[in-house]
Amino acid sequence: MDSEMSMTSHAAHGLHEKHEEIPWIRKYVFSTDHKMIGYQYMVTSLFVALFAFFLMVLMRWQLSFPGKPIPVFGPILEKLLGSSMAPGGVMTPQLYNSFGAMHGTMMIFMALVPALFAGFGNFVVPLQIGAPDMAFPRLNMASFWLFFVGVVIMMVSFFVPGGAAKSGWTSYTPLADFADMGPGFHPLFNGQTLWLIGMAFNITGSLLGSVNIITTIIQLRTKGLSWMRLPVFVWSELVTAFLLLLAFPPLESAAIMQLMDRLFGTSFFSPEGLIVNGKHADISGGGSSILWQHLFWFLGHPEVYVQILPTMGIVGEIFANNTRKPLWSYKVFVYSLLAIGFLSMIVWAHHMYMTGMGQAVTSFFQIFTTIISIPSVLLGTVLLLSLWGASIRFNVPMLFALAWLPMFGIGGLTGLPLGWTASDVVLHDTYYVIGHFHYMMAPASLLALFAGIYYWFPKATGRYMNEFLGKLHFWPTVIFFNGIFFPMLVQGFAGVHRRWYDGGAGWQMAQNVLWLNQVMSVSAWALAIAQIPFIINFFWSLWAGKKVTDDNPWQATTLEWATPTPPGHGNFLHPVAVYRDPYEYSVPGYKQDYLPQWEPEERLRKEGNLSQIPS
Amino acid sequence: MEIPYTVTARPDTGLYNAKVGIWLFLASEVMLFGGLFSAYIFLRLGASHWPHHILNVPMGLFNTMVLISSSITMVLAWSSLKMRDFAKYRQWLGITLFCGVLFLSVKSVEYKDKFHHYGVILKNGQEITGHLAMSEEEAMRSDVLKIKPDPENAGDFVYQLKSIFSKPEAEEKVLEIPKNEIRWWSNFVPKYNTYLATYFTMTGIHALHILGGLLVLGYFWGPGASLYKRNPEHLANRVEVAGLFWHFVDLVWIFLFPTLYLF
Ligand code: HEM
Ligand SMILES: [Cu+2]
Repeated sequence: MDSEMSMTSHAAHGLHEKHEEIPWIRKYVFSTDHKMIGYQYMVTSLFVALFAFFLMVLMRWQLSFPGKPIPVFGPILEKLLGSSMAPGGVMTPQLYNSFGAMHGTMMIFMALVPALFAGFGNFVVPLQIGAPDMAFPRLNMASFWLFFVGVVIMMVSFFVPGGAAKSGWTSYTPLADFADMGPGFHPLFNGQTLWLIGMAFNITGSLLGSVNIITTIIQLRTKGLSWMRLPVFVWSELVTAFLLLLAFPPLESAAIMQLMDRLFGTSFFSPEGLIVNGKHADISGGGSSILWQHLFWFLGHPEVYVQILPTMGIVGEIFANNTRKPLWSYKVFVYSLLAIGFLSMIVWAHHMYMTGMGQAVTSFFQIFTTIISIPSVLLGTVLLLSLWGASIRFNVPMLFALAWLPMFGIGGLTGLPLGWTASDVVLHDTYYVIGHFHYMMAPASLLALFAGIYYWFPKATGRYMNEFLGKLHFWPTVIFFNGIFFPMLVQGFAGVHRRWYDGGAGWQMAQNVLWLNQVMSVSAWALAIAQIPFIINFFWSLWAGKKVTDDNPWQATTLEWATPTPPGHGNFLHPVAVYRDPYEYSVPGYKQDYLPQWEPEERLRKEGNLSQIPS
Repeated sequence: MEIPYTVTARPDTGLYNAKVGIWLFLASEVMLFGGLFSAYIFLRLGASHWPHHILNVPMGLFNTMVLISSSITMVLAWSSLKMRDFAKYRQWLGITLFCGVLFLSVKSVEYKDKFHHYGVILKNGQEITGHLAMSEEEAMRSDVLKIKPDPENAGDFVYQLKSIFSKPEAEEKVLEIPKNEIRWWSNFVPKYNTYLATYFTMTGIHALHILGGLLVLGYFWGPGASLYKRNPEHLANRVEVAGLFWHFVDLVWIFLFPTLYLF
């Protein structure tokens, strides 16, 4: 990098040194800088992910060895949560249910979505569009802290009488209406109520975040950055933000109604004549649990795309950068993102085929569920064809991004049989469903998460992560992901139910697939071990990683690489403008194999770098 | 560091940032209330029994008028600011605030009224509504419930109008119902039935929105108004945005009123 503009950053670094002192607390805790908020989101959600992962590893012990005390951790659980929860270190069904509910809730709502949407979104989006910060910096801070309070409430709920919520991440009623209500429970400080309150904080935070991201993208794009020049990651964040903005509020109203049911004795979600614990429930009745399911899945389905869309954006960025050529069809990619976003709002009831909705309604949802796979396939095709004829750089971010593609493929293909009532009647509520969505939510989402971390780490910290440790992280992670989730598909075909506490041991027909429980559990523990190189790499590189010598270490074309490393307050040292499409790699007639968005043509021509201008 | 387009509009979108922000926020609010309204429709379509005319229509009508007026004065406040007439701005915004407070006061009278209104469902399915003719503790302990039933014409507009200003005398006859004939009795709290549950939830969330609006507008009337000296256009933008929120909350009420009071 020797052109004049790239000194935007390095040469002029000295200028930047004299920034005024910001007090520690304003800089690291109550920061309004989008990059710091991005780190806060990322660190918090990685921590939550680790915690939720740990819950799952314990559950996998229970599934492989039902009723046996958990080594090492069993006694700790007994101490921490009381002997009614883990007597003698054995996981009780209660505890299993609450681990299951909290694993799902925390992974989806408090780990992966915050990391992928808010963590990367906060750090990358303003940089990629050439903005000095988000449109509303203080709102941004508020959104992180609302989320954080939500996380704390969820964590604390493990220690109230009766423990954390037990009704699944979907909080299905009427079960959830009556859970944790009997004698001995505090009306407010009990698992299920705290789940609702924690979610309300989380939802409010994500609402502010999505307003902020959309406004930033609409208003703060720099000169020349027209819609069709936006990097695909920005597009993916835009669509995601719209999903959060429009789909989450109905769940908030549903959460308010469930709170009313629990605290004020209404019965929005409970029918008449309900018997609870052998007694007529003391409610007025007239409610419907199907109503809860509609309101929940109206968010619940888009939420899974909220998680997968940013990963598509991340993978798109990394593919373009490491194949050293433009994405095979930028436009198809963008329109697919938009189509997926739109369609994901009208397929929610495919989670409810077995509730007896009627033929006309299910037909509608079957048709649109099938249609939604078209843009998904197109998007995968864009990425696949982008590899064609490329001289791929197999660095660690690219490895993770490459592995994302088949995982996303398996996840999507296994969704189709669930989308049709005829096959869903067999597969619904079996481990097959768990296998399907985990391929999306775990291998696909997490691989892209890691890809993004390895890719943007040099910009954020000024240091590379270690390649060798990265590969040591990559290979076992990919292998053991499949070791956990592929057997689930097989068990599902054998009819193993998704919520059996004994892992199917008590059911005759599951006997010949029970051995798979051990395969999955061993894989889960191996996966846990495989994360150690990552954790070491992350912290070691932070302080001792190889320094980047250039502001644009991957030789990328998008604007985030035109900032100093790491970017200071306000991001860019000079106003930046955009002159071309986002992925001008391997441009004929240019001496380098990439042409950044921010290089003005006149200068390139003056310097004789460009014989022929790409149109 | 300055964020661009906080005061002046971005040329190609024609909007300043907060205006984009508030429209997005309102879109999410539409979905929030949309969730509640669709729950209402869903539950009502499936209900075997849906009570009518147990709310005080004149009071609701009055409150509707109060909110519509407050929307008008809100616009006047903003336009005064645009014309740089600070005194007028304060005055119109003051009236808007007053209307908001008036609305909440009327609402709380209505709420209180519900807490003192009782319904009794007899074992034979008959429903009697009215006021207790004994203290609440007594009613809990005693074997007979003494209740002053609502008159036949309690659902009439004129009766409800009168009931605001005086205690109608028809209530004076007292029914004594033995408890063993009663299946269920309660005052008109959310738990009473699904209708009152939706009523309290929807109007409650709406009232919280009014309260939030009042806090914001109160801030721009008081401490926030000092921005006028530094940058009057910036204040005008903020007031416009707050006003959009205020209009939206009024609009929600215009849907709530017929839904809950009339249909
Ligand atoms: C072509 C794309 C997809 C199709 C056709 C599809 C279809 C389905 C269907 C029909 C179900 C309900 C199965 C049942 O409960 O019986 C389901 C469940 C699920 N899917 Fe997908 N899906 C697709 C993509 C995705 C993506 C991208 C994600 C996540 C990133 C995802 C995550 C989930 C989750 C979390 C569940 C289970 C929810 C639960 O019951 O707890 N799916 N999918
Ligand atoms: Cu779905």
